[in-house]
Amino acid sequence: MAMNNEMIKQRLTEKFGEQVTAFEESFGMLCFEAPKELNLKVLNFLYDDEQLKFRFLTDLTGVHYPGNSGRELAVVYHLHNLVDNIRLRFKVFTGISQPDVYTATGLFSAANWMERETYDFLGVNFVGHPNLKRILNVEEMDYFPLRKEFPLEDQTRIDKDDEMFGRG
Amino acid sequence: MSEHHIKLPEGSIEKTTTTLNLGPTHPATHGVMQNILELDGERIVSTEQTIGYIHRAFEKLAERRPLAQITTLTDRLNYCSSPLNNMGWHLTCEKLLGVKTPKRVDYLRVIIMELARISDHLICNSIAGVDAGAYTGFLYVMQYRELIYEIYEEVCGARLTTNIGRIGGFERNFNDIAFQKLEKFLREYPAVLREFENLFQRNRIFMDRTMGTGAISAERALNYGFTGPNLRAAGVDYDVRVHSPYSSYEDFQFNIPVGTTGDNYDRWMVREKEMWESLSIIEQAYQKVQEFKGAEADVFHADVPEYYLPPKAEVYTKMEALIYHFKIIMGETNIPAGELYNSIEAGNGELGFYLISDGGRSPYRLHFRRPCFVYYQAYEELIKGSMLSDAIMTMSSLNLIAGELDA
Repeated sequence: MAMNNEMIKQRLTEKFGEQVTAFEESFGMLCFEAPKELNLKVLNFLYDDEQLKFRFLTDLTGVHYPGNSGRELAVVYHLHNLVDNIRLRFKVFTGISQPDVYTATGLFSAANWMERETYDFLGVNFVGHPNLKRILNVEEMDYFPLRKEFPLEDQTRIDKDDEMFGRG
Repeated sequence: MSEHHIKLPEGSIEKTTTTLNLGPTHPATHGVMQNILELDGERIVSTEQTIGYIHRAFEKLAERRPLAQITTLTDRLNYCSSPLNNMGWHLTCEKLLGVKTPKRVDYLRVIIMELARISDHLICNSIAGVDAGAYTGFLYVMQYRELIYEIYEEVCGARLTTNIGRIGGFERNFNDIAFQKLEKFLREYPAVLREFENLFQRNRIFMDRTMGTGAISAERALNYGFTGPNLRAAGVDYDVRVHSPYSSYEDFQFNIPVGTTGDNYDRWMVREKEMWESLSIIEQAYQKVQEFKGAEADVFHADVPEYYLPPKAEVYTKMEALIYHFKIIMGETNIPAGELYNSIEAGNGELGFYLISDGGRSPYRLHFRRPCFVYYQAYEELIKGSMLSDAIMTMSSLNLIAGELDA
């Protein structure tokens, strides 16, 4: 029988009970959350379960929500079950003061660079990662540029000397 | 001992391997990327890839741009097939906004996307020839890539970074010259492609260089997140166009070529066969486009006034059009809140856009899933223990595009 979102939700709640939360369906894709300590357990379950078979890591990235105190950083996994052709989005949240999340590199080789990128831009510390260092930015950089406290320049600012920019 | 004696690093005399920097500017790296190879004679012991030389912070930039202005950022991801990236982005926006595009727009998009796929694969395969020492094929087919670029020019005015199409459709209807150029391409290209194949397909030197080198098993490829031709060469028939059809791909008949060994030769062959499939898709799409007659043949965009620029004449005469024009140009349209992941089959594989909007004028967060970036990490595994010359071959058959790698 073909897999659907309702069945995935059921399997997950059977296994993890109250710990998997915030189920929603956006644009046809099932999304849910779990505590960050459980991320590997959930990923492993999704991978190993004979029905679920989410064995392809499509994407791993992070999002910064400065307003969510205690859970400012989200790590977002997009997984794909290629057999039944169904995708899902799985999130874990972590506080920004100690942004430790277990690495998924043991399960997916693809997670290696994706996690390095997430570390590089948002500063999520992937515990157990074999080579967690910056990947796109220079190694000397001492901040995480995709965090929201670094706004891009306001296009309407007037304190710049326009002559220096050929706009005088 | 003389004062000028050269001081070698500690332990370097005893070391039996050689360190070689391949790149950042090496002709065979096809872009700015570096490989620090550890060589034992000509055999590769280990390698470390350094990327990010042309990182331009697209994800950050996108957080301050209205949707329409992000299209130009996507141009610069895989610049060998910019129209594919552009269309992927438009489709993502349309999904978020709930825009339904007319069939004719879908078919025109399919034509442009498949042309872009051909030009992408053509570059990759002919450059693979150059890296194996056969320059002729490359020079020959570039004339025919030119025909594709001329079609882009007729549609959008640009060649490389195309910014083609708009949210909802195209900026203008395809003119007769565009269709003539398309017909010319469809007429002339098959013979060229066949000749190009004949140069390589059963060429002893090329076969010896590519067969069995840079191979990866289907299982490892999936674990590494391979998509596109590189995954299909390993024998997995995953293609976004079939698995989750977009832009009316379900209306077309085509095959997904797959390989068996996942080596350089299979990757080359899969791309070659895909070009034939693309040609057939273009022909089907062109036929479907011709079936639209009268007023239907003038449809080239959906009705999305908030995101699609009104005709200039109306801007000067109508109040509504003027307002929309201003709002679009200044980026003052609020995007509906939502979170979605949308992907298309780009030249290199699954190009995904993870878009979060909080209801503001620009995305809250935009992440590009760049196929290159995901599969380049397998490079070390692919070339470990092989000869240096195989590493060059493997790099070119993976089709690494620095723009996509570094975003």
